[in-house]
Amino acid sequence: MQSVAAVAENTAFDVARRRADFPILGKRVYDKPLVFLDSAASAQKPQSVIDAVNHCYTREYANIHRGVYWLSVRATEAYEGARVKVQRFLNAASEREIVFTKSTTEAINLVATSHGAAALNAGDEIILSQLEHHANIVPWQLLRQRIGIDIKVAPIDAQGNFLLEEFEKLLSPRTRLVAVTHTSNALGTITPVDEIIRMAHAEGALVLLDGAQSVVHGPVDVQALDVDFFAFSGHKLYGPSGIGVLYGKADLLSAMPPYQGGGDMIRRVTFEKTEFADIPSRFEAGTPHIAGAYGLSAAIDYVSAIGMDAIAAHESELLEYATQRLQEINSLRLIGTADDKAGIVSFELDGVHAHDIGTILDREGIAVRVGHHCAQPLMDHFGITGTVRASFGLYTDKSDIDALVQALGAVREIFD
Amino acid sequence: MSALRELYQEVILDHGKSPRNFGKPEHVNCESSGHNPLCGDTVTIYLRLNDGIVEEAGFEGRGCAISIASASMMTDILQGKSLDEVRVMFERFHHLVTEDEAACEGGFDGEEFEKLMVLSGVREFPMRVKCATLAWHTMKSALQGGGEGVSTE
Repeated sequence: MQSVAAVAENTAFDVARRRADFPILGKRVYDKPLVFLDSAASAQKPQSVIDAVNHCYTREYANIHRGVYWLSVRATEAYEGARVKVQRFLNAASEREIVFTKSTTEAINLVATSHGAAALNAGDEIILSQLEHHANIVPWQLLRQRIGIDIKVAPIDAQGNFLLEEFEKLLSPRTRLVAVTHTSNALGTITPVDEIIRMAHAEGALVLLDGAQSVVHGPVDVQALDVDFFAFSGHKLYGPSGIGVLYGKADLLSAMPPYQGGGDMIRRVTFEKTEFADIPSRFEAGTPHIAGAYGLSAAIDYVSAIGMDAIAAHESELLEYATQRLQEINSLRLIGTADDKAGIVSFELDGVHAHDIGTILDREGIAVRVGHHCAQPLMDHFGITGTVRASFGLYTDKSDIDALVQALGAVREIFD
Repeated sequence: MSALRELYQEVILDHGKSPRNFGKPEHVNCESSGHNPLCGDTVTIYLRLNDGIVEEAGFEGRGCAISIASASMMTDILQGKSLDEVRVMFERFHHLVTEDEAACEGGFDGEEFEKLMVLSGVREFPMRVKCATLAWHTMKSALQGGGEGVSTE
């Protein structure tokens, strides 16, 4: 999320040291060093996150919120402490605005279901973009089936840039919500969210950002953005899978009915009537991923100590390097060359299907994602069924990209 | 031979690049479409049956080298076969790409069927078995009357 110019100041970023924090990066696969280029699907975990989860189960584990004994009190403090940590990480106004979910997907479903029930009616319009992950399409289609909202799709250009002017034309007094990705998982496009939010608000519409990719690649300040809902997952942020976050403005969350019913989300239950808990507990029915909160908290500490700006600059440098190296390959076509991109490159090789490339790279120890990246409408836009995607994390090194480029040579050898 | 070379043998690459029987034959009376949600690949299998014999087989679709080669080789081998023979071949092919070597021994006596042995390399790549079997499952569905179409999931 930062210009390449800023990278020059970032020579202090010590990748070798960072890599040493991630035990899995020392692994060999098929007797070759692991080259992990699939962080956009899920990032690897530093030792501190692994230790935090281990610490929870070894020293402090009990169910939270209800126990009167030491262990439960300690686990509750840590769980709620994680909430405060997320609040500060996103610069939310209050920890009440942080709802723990199991994933970005669940966070979006929560908004579609609960906000949908509270505030949307038949004939209301919501706007998505062509870039969306299925997780930010299907929940809205389910809502459309239930209550009959209309879904409009903001277009992108051939490079994968979000088209602000076209988006503005779609806005109308009927638009109630704009749900768009902050950073495309398939192409890496960073969307112009400041303008999107300003335009949507000017029309009286709320904005939900799918931040699953963006929160990993640079600093996010929900108050500065003035975004209404923001969703992300722990596992892409070097934390555990199974825990995610929904940020929502307190007044909006307070107006929303529960998403699921169960324990921990109530004030008082009788068979006649249940009084629901206040936010955020209202949206956290059932025993949550307690150890996941320990891990997410440690992950936020980890990336914060390095600095999100430094991480962004490092990835920006890698993106520039990878783009340049890949373009040296004649038969390679980059898919998604937007002006503003995060550390994700998608591409095709002439005459070779993405899955064949993925299999061959795998035998070289290289992990990339192949296929449609859960963004089939986006693939349709480019008239393709899938791409090969290499995505970078804070531990990615230029040598990983060199290994990829070299292995693509091996692909050509087999297929030519 | 490395597992990769075993998988991407010349014959497979050749069928992948220049598939045989690509397109819809005339007077098709049996067809079905298959889909692999994992990769988005699709295949449609066309058959012209006459008196319990596959007179002609063809296919359309897009996919990886393995799935295209498999469809190409399958439509080649099906021509002129009786429905009983086709059913046996389906079973054998399934074994070929999923079972270990020992389990396959003795099972493949037909000289023609041996051509399909080149696809056995896919056994070493569990994620790719569905690429090889998509065309076969789709063909089976076509014989059973098509209907909803086939999904590998």
